[in-house]
Amino acid sequence: MGKISLEVNGRKVEKEAPDNTLLSTFLREYLQLTGTHIGCDTSQCGACVVHVDGNSLKSCTALAADINGSKVTTIEGLETNGKMHPMQEAFKKLHGLQCGFCTPGMVMSAVDLLQKNKKPSDTEIRDWLEGNICRCTGYQNIVAAVKEAATKM
Amino acid sequence: MASLVGSRVERKEDKRFLTGKGRYTADINLANQTYAIFVRSPHARASIKKLNIDKALKSSGIVSILTGKEIADDKIGGLIAGWAIRSEDGTEMKCPGNPPLAKDNVNFVGDPVAVVIAESLAEAKEAAEKVEVDYKVLKAVTSTADAMNGDTIHEGIDKNLCFDWLLGDRQKVKEAFDKADKVISIDIINNRLIPNAMEPRACVADYNAASEEITLYTTSQNPHLSRLIMSAFGNVAPEHKLRVVAPDVGGGFGSKINVYNEDIVCSWAAKKINRAIKWVAERSESFLTDIHGRDHVTHAELAVTKDGKFLGFKNETIANLGAYARVFGTVTPTYLFGPCATGVYEIPAAYTNVKAVYTNTAPVDAYRGAGRPEATYTIERLVEKASMELGIDKTELRIKNFPTAFPFKQTLVHTVDSGDYVAGMEKAKQMADYKGFEARRKESEAKGKLRGIGVTSYFEACGIAPSAAVMSLGCGVGLWESAEVRFNPTGQVTVYTGSHSHGQSHQTTFAQIAADELGVPIENIDIVHGDTDKGTFGMGTYGSRSLAVGGIAIVNACKKIVEKGKRVTAKMLEANPEDVEFKDGEFIVSKSNKKKTIGEVAFACYLPGVRDEMKSPLPEGDEPGLKETSFYDPSNFSFPAGTHIAEVEIDPETGHVKLEKYTACDDFGRIINPMVVEGQVHGGLAQGIGQALYENAEYDETGQLMTGSYMDYTMPRADNFPEFNIGYTCTHATTNPLGVKGCGEAGAIAAPPTVMNAVIDALGGQEVTMPATAEKVWKACKNLKKSNAKAA
Repeated sequence: MGKISLEVNGRKVEKEAPDNTLLSTFLREYLQLTGTHIGCDTSQCGACVVHVDGNSLKSCTALAADINGSKVTTIEGLETNGKMHPMQEAFKKLHGLQCGFCTPGMVMSAVDLLQKNKKPSDTEIRDWLEGNICRCTGYQNIVAAVKEAATKM
Repeated sequence: MASLVGSRVERKEDKRFLTGKGRYTADINLANQTYAIFVRSPHARASIKKLNIDKALKSSGIVSILTGKEIADDKIGGLIAGWAIRSEDGTEMKCPGNPPLAKDNVNFVGDPVAVVIAESLAEAKEAAEKVEVDYKVLKAVTSTADAMNGDTIHEGIDKNLCFDWLLGDRQKVKEAFDKADKVISIDIINNRLIPNAMEPRACVADYNAASEEITLYTTSQNPHLSRLIMSAFGNVAPEHKLRVVAPDVGGGFGSKINVYNEDIVCSWAAKKINRAIKWVAERSESFLTDIHGRDHVTHAELAVTKDGKFLGFKNETIANLGAYARVFGTVTPTYLFGPCATGVYEIPAAYTNVKAVYTNTAPVDAYRGAGRPEATYTIERLVEKASMELGIDKTELRIKNFPTAFPFKQTLVHTVDSGDYVAGMEKAKQMADYKGFEARRKESEAKGKLRGIGVTSYFEACGIAPSAAVMSLGCGVGLWESAEVRFNPTGQVTVYTGSHSHGQSHQTTFAQIAADELGVPIENIDIVHGDTDKGTFGMGTYGSRSLAVGGIAIVNACKKIVEKGKRVTAKMLEANPEDVEFKDGEFIVSKSNKKKTIGEVAFACYLPGVRDEMKSPLPEGDEPGLKETSFYDPSNFSFPAGTHIAEVEIDPETGHVKLEKYTACDDFGRIINPMVVEGQVHGGLAQGIGQALYENAEYDETGQLMTGSYMDYTMPRADNFPEFNIGYTCTHATTNPLGVKGCGEAGAIAAPPTVMNAVIDALGGQEVTMPATAEKVWKACKNLKKSNAKAA
């Protein structure tokens, strides 16, 4: 057991957790932030992507203890004053989601893409999202949503 | 008021999903809950000699360990097949018992033998490692084609044969083949797939000792059906003491139709230990134990005249059921497959023969399209081959054999009420610039690449299903759907549907329908589903039935509301009910032009006494309140259809197949929300293209799943697809008041043959099995070079 101190969605949190607690488990089970989803056990699906110190990360690949002291943003932290982030708005407008399960990871990953590449091409978007699996949408409307968000950010 | 049906209404469900407020089963935590881990067989086929839990019981945090013995002692029933299929010789199908926890024998890797319940997940995992099972390993049967020659898996089921089923007339087919100028034949493997909904299966079971009620939260596409099966066959609890809730569900594609072992075991065990139990599948468990799809081995033949008229068709298929027959396991390769086997063509004589076999693999059941992709793949590969062998353009050959009039009475079962297959073909060709293909092929050649074009014309029977028809074919239940429309006194509307949305957008599209029927703003309408304590009953979501069956139940319940509203308005305004018209949310007396809004009428229905100047608004015989229910049973299936065209470019040096263009032109009848329909088409295409180019579930000869993770099973990613070119033609369904047909499965049905026809066209007609991986295609390219060299 050890103390995990993080700033999550702008709020300081401190919890005791076993040393082998994954960041994804810590968020879901210790902070009840269940918007971060677990879709696989091999770090392939990307449903658990969050931002750690501004960069996207599959939260199932990191131990909470390893990122002690970091700033974490989850899907729950993306709204500002109750207003959805332009990426969330674009996904809604262009039907970039169906069952919603891969969506939090997909959105967090896409937001990071636009931080690093303000006007990505279709190919760049598809390449970037290679680590996020969606079984519902065929990706077409996700790509369209990312392009739309790029015009708003 | 502008009609909402037909508009791109943004989804009501999106905000919660986009802000992390979705509530999936794994997100549910109950007070004082325990955690379950299942001990599963590591062998594909074995008998259990001894099962020892002594060491595990001493592990920390253990609450209980239950095995097949306890479940048998408590007379908890097993998993069942929902359709009884009869063999050609008149005998009934043969199904083995499938206990929720195996007691004597295990029949596939992942078959559960015990459940370990502990205070924490970590403790449950640790104890599960200490459960000792002494297996006598037996020789596994894993090959679909050879299953009938393998050891007998289930005692008393000879040749591992569940049934040997025939649809059609062998004699007529023989006569047709005798008259043929040419017979085209093909051998096909329809590769096994794993549905892979992104949300792994999960359940949380709770027991309330005071009310003696079990509540099961589970990842289900059909909570009422789950409750019915668990109660009637599982003996878990009587229906009124069993509540099944399917909250937000992260995709299903058929894999969440079934009641699974874990649902029954956790519900039963929660009562036994009098505490809540939570179980969440790890992805590796999903790979092993979710139902799988497809897995057919087929030989098919088409008899043709030299000018390309189809005379006869036969299809001999071996279908793999896996270790056990599950809910849709036996109907998928029969009545969902056979009647569609002749595709969109007039073929005077046809039969389909299916031998369904057991193997030591995960159960095979309905996966998106269920039987129709397999049927379409066979006929469309065969027609494409016929076009090559006859030297007739692939689109012309198809058009030549399309039905010329509707209703179109198909050779085998269906009467297709509406369609225009020629219009669909012509539009698809235009969208795909079919004419320009030869020029594009030359451009590719100039770059050293091989280019191919593939076509598929498909239809599917969905809107499942008319109860009278399906029950006469062996279905254990009627496949109607129910809806309940309830006005609150202050005018908002709650619609309960027996369908279930796990991505299909019912919260939006069903609200669009109700808004139009009732003239109530869409924001005042809530769609509720997924809880057996809320809706009346429901058969759930699969077979593109939600709109074509469930949606019509909503329309009919709304119409009953309007009828009552007319009677009430007449009473309120002292008019004849026949003189009251309803339009855009207002009841208008035609003679006096006096009117009442539907909100006023609803309010009045809840205040039936004398009030101010108003007398009771309720006519004699009408009860207070405003709530109506409809159970809608369709009179026929619905029949979406279309033509898809794909173009691929192959690099002969690497065997890499690049899907360059994909065009889909579908006829789904009337479209409620074009945005949602596009999404359904895109998703279906991705799964269909996935089958053709990427996905394959593979067992080795000992029955170990070789593709048991996302490291091994190729899930299609964003960079695997071009931008799809989507279009429509429209003929309304004539058998339901909305004119709708269904759209969820089309892409998965049409895409595999479309893509493979293009690949095989590029390879000069050389057969390649799905998925067309770089390795297979590279080998075919080498053969092509050799044969070209010989020809030169």
